[in-house]
Amino acid sequence: MISDITLGQFYPVDSFIHKLDAEIKIILTLLFMVAIFFVQGYIGFTIIFIYILITVKASKIPFLFLIKGIKPILFFIVFTVILNMFMTDGEKAFTFIIWDVTYEGIFASVFMALRIIFLVIGSSLLTYTTSPIMLTDGIEKLLKPFVKIGVPAYELAMMMSIALRFIPTLIEETDKIIKAQKARGSDFETGGLIKRGKAIIPILVPLFVSAFRRADELAMAMEARCYNGGVSRTRLRESRPGVYDVYAVIIFALFMSLSIAIGYTNYEFKGF
Amino acid sequence: MNNIIKTDNLTYSYTDNEYSKVFENLNLNINKGEFVCLLGHNGSGKSTLAKHFNAILLPTGGVCYVNGIDTKVEEKLFEIRKNVGMVFQNPDNQLVATIVEDDVAFALENLGVEPAVIRSRVDEALKTVGLYEFRKAAPHKLSGGQKQRVAIAGVIALRPQCIVLDEPTAMLDPVGRKEVMDTLYRLNKEENLTIVLITHYMEEAVRADRVIVLDKGIVLLDDCPKRIFENVALIKSIGLDVPQTTELLYELYRNGIKVSFEKLTIDECVDEIKNILEEKK
Repeated sequence: MISDITLGQFYPVDSFIHKLDAEIKIILTLLFMVAIFFVQGYIGFTIIFIYILITVKASKIPFLFLIKGIKPILFFIVFTVILNMFMTDGEKAFTFIIWDVTYEGIFASVFMALRIIFLVIGSSLLTYTTSPIMLTDGIEKLLKPFVKIGVPAYELAMMMSIALRFIPTLIEETDKIIKAQKARGSDFETGGLIKRGKAIIPILVPLFVSAFRRADELAMAMEARCYNGGVSRTRLRESRPGVYDVYAVIIFALFMSLSIAIGYTNYEFKGF
Repeated sequence: MNNIIKTDNLTYSYTDNEYSKVFENLNLNINKGEFVCLLGHNGSGKSTLAKHFNAILLPTGGVCYVNGIDTKVEEKLFEIRKNVGMVFQNPDNQLVATIVEDDVAFALENLGVEPAVIRSRVDEALKTVGLYEFRKAAPHKLSGGQKQRVAIAGVIALRPQCIVLDEPTAMLDPVGRKEVMDTLYRLNKEENLTIVLITHYMEEAVRADRVIVLDKGIVLLDDCPKRIFENVALIKSIGLDVPQTTELLYELYRNGIKVSFEKLTIDECVDEIKNILEEKK
């Protein structure tokens, strides 16, 4: 169950999307996230859906993998759907017990759910196709112009990459601690919310202690390997945007502008 | 200059307290190309000593020289660390990157080496430890022995003259331990790398050129393995073990059978016992 968490895990295959420059991919993903909220109407969403299908196909990542990423936020999706369904004013469709459900509400909730799903798929595509190192390199490059105003670009990138490196290690550790505590009679499965919440304490305390110890040892190991805070650091892989990236940007721009534009021209027929 | 590491009246204390000195006036020479094993009970100061060898810790008193350079000279810090690499006990806590080859490249990247040079050095280092085909793997997918070899590769990518390893096999299973030890012996023989190995496993010390036994911050014994393990009673008295072969021969000797303890490897031990059985007939 614990090993199911796949967010932030690189899926190493050789594909068109994998080859793209991290910096470009991050910018496109951010733009995609924004664009999704401008998309209106089912034609727009269909275009986005087609775009996602093409991207996923081009990335050679199994679709199921991406669907798995939605599972943890399923509750959130359902919550938004319900909220949108009952809170939107408009033409009444039917009454659920005492609450009125409107056509507008139904469409709004469906679109909102789609937006969230697309958002998750879009962002996990980024982390699946970009190795964490590339990702942090990309972020570092994006933040570099801001170093002058005091943004610690390099330090942030290093922190992120270390965090990503230790996620699997700490997950494994959590698993071990849970087993160890269970073996000593800890009970995580029964009882009310408060009792279960309290049961987490004996997991968290050793986890934190060990995380600090790891941090200490890692710092020493980094120091032993000539770490000096990123001054005049070079890279094993220097990535520069290439022809592929130009294609990707063009395709992305076409799809996004198309989907947004169609939403606006069809405004009156939205959802029908 | 024949020695790579030299300590001159080395003293170290974690606190200002006069009585909490880990060691005092320690004098030690480690020669180029040597395979040195550092033995000692927990708290004997061997890890602390090892951390002086690449300026992670600086002496409270006395001097530690690496290649003739005083480790206290701050401008020479990276030159020292380039020459003396260090590998630690926990394989998980010393790998920085999420991909093997990036981790091996870490030190070179820190030093601002040209990307093309990094590439060739990383490939070379990974081939040396026999992990070239794992270069794109994630560290957490590797076994303990493999992780530790990645850590070694990360150090030898810098082309150091000496590697200091602080109990690199303590958290490994026997297979991983053998992998790591074979790599170390090979590096020592083929690349003429100086190895300083801290260990708890006496079997690992048997194949070393020289064994140093530390106890309470004092060099108790410093000799070749054969002569070290002759002192069975002394070694046992400070809470250490002797290799199983020595143990066996020692027990035979105590029971009145004339054997020499100089047989440290299993084959030598077998021959020795065979000879004695022959004589008895």
